[in-house]
Amino acid sequence: MKKHVLSTRIWHWINAISLIILFMSGLNISNAHRYLYWGDYGFDKKDAWLSVIRFPDWATIPGSYNLAEARDWHTIFAWPFALALLFMWVAMSVNRHFKRDLTTTRAEWKPAAVWKDIVAHAKLNFDHDPAHGKYNFLQKFSYGFVLGIMLPLMIFTGLAISPGFEPAAPWMVDILGGRQSARSIHFIVAFGLLAFFVVHIALVLVTGPIKQLKDMITGGKA
Amino acid sequence: MSAPMKRRTALAGLAALATGACSKIAESDTGRTVAKAAEGWHRGAHRTLASRQALAPEYSRAERSPTFKGNGTVRIPDEAYQAALESGFADWKLEVRGLVDAPLSLSMADLRGMKQRTQITRHDCVEGWSAIGEWTGPQLSDVLDMAKVQEGANFIVFRCADTLAGGDYYESVDMVDAYHPQTIIAHMLNGEPLPQKNGAPLRMRIERQLGYKHPKYLTAIEAVASFDDILGGNGGYWEDRAGYQWYAGI
Repeated sequence: MKKHVLSTRIWHWINAISLIILFMSGLNISNAHRYLYWGDYGFDKKDAWLSVIRFPDWATIPGSYNLAEARDWHTIFAWPFALALLFMWVAMSVNRHFKRDLTTTRAEWKPAAVWKDIVAHAKLNFDHDPAHGKYNFLQKFSYGFVLGIMLPLMIFTGLAISPGFEPAAPWMVDILGGRQSARSIHFIVAFGLLAFFVVHIALVLVTGPIKQLKDMITGGKA
Repeated sequence: MSAPMKRRTALAGLAALATGACSKIAESDTGRTVAKAAEGWHRGAHRTLASRQALAPEYSRAERSPTFKGNGTVRIPDEAYQAALESGFADWKLEVRGLVDAPLSLSMADLRGMKQRTQITRHDCVEGWSAIGEWTGPQLSDVLDMAKVQEGANFIVFRCADTLAGGDYYESVDMVDAYHPQTIIAHMLNGEPLPQKNGAPLRMRIERQLGYKHPKYLTAIEAVASFDDILGGNGGYWEDRAGYQWYAGI
């Protein structure tokens, strides 16, 4: 039994590369109009709920302001990102990875248990009772939240911003509270994913990065 | 692929990102070909998911934005244009030409006398902002039917009175968008004649695409087989100038 099955590894790397390109090209696009609004419309910075910084060139794709090229990168890599996520959900359901490793029990949600897990993480103690499965509660919760809520939300809010897609599913824009709300949520969740990325990389670094990286490529041993 | 090979490929991919090779990829022939192909997938996907005649959402009067932002050209300094503006565009003519059996030269009175469509729609700029306004004007499909568009026409090109940074503004759409019910030649915004900043006296509304596809200060409509030989050959001002996508539904 491998630690990570092939479908997980393939998805992980397609997702990683797509997300990095989507995030950095997204920062370039953000520089075109650095204000976020709620509701259907918004164009005047007086009405903005957030005035975003101008992202520096080193953080953007391409490496200087170019809305046309950034949009090409963004809309092209949306495809592998979305299709890989769909593939991962199908694979996770079929191979029972989600049910077996990522679903939580009621006991794990008890505040005392959650607190114990947080304290253990803070002490960089990642050993946990194998009886509770491969992952501890915080891992299950964050992987579940990222796979089940944040990544799908990026796809739905992205589709909702597209005026050519909207006639196919106008309800999607309505559910999200209007196009400018969808745009704001797209932005917020993107930074939520950045936060996940930072913590994820940090935890890989403190738990033996070479082995972790190797395991995510070769599969490793369970 | 062996494990070290895979790792190397992954690392090479990351290194490519780190060194800012993205511009080089995007500006290569392959990059452009992929971008062009992707544009076709997006158009195809949108038209598969929604019917070709599916409407963009329409809003109530109360949902309009308090003002409607002007962007790109907001004033035409040209004397002839300013004189036309003064006179309420009494002598303004909209030419309909190209691959048509009955070329037309329509006055503002002609256009106002046709069957009108009023729609309150949201305008989405490629930059990210949106405004909502009420537009009134004849449907482009009625004008094209009057001019009797020929079989060989594949695109409708819009010519404009404004120039940006020394280049003539123009745009083009395919026949699906040209004959879409919400594609109108607007002469009114929120019940008033179009203001200068929004394209007086006439602007196109191409409701399922981004703002740069809605040309302002309209002077002529041309039916063509291909736009390869028109100006920069990419079908529009921003497409020629900055490499914007011709299909702007995304």
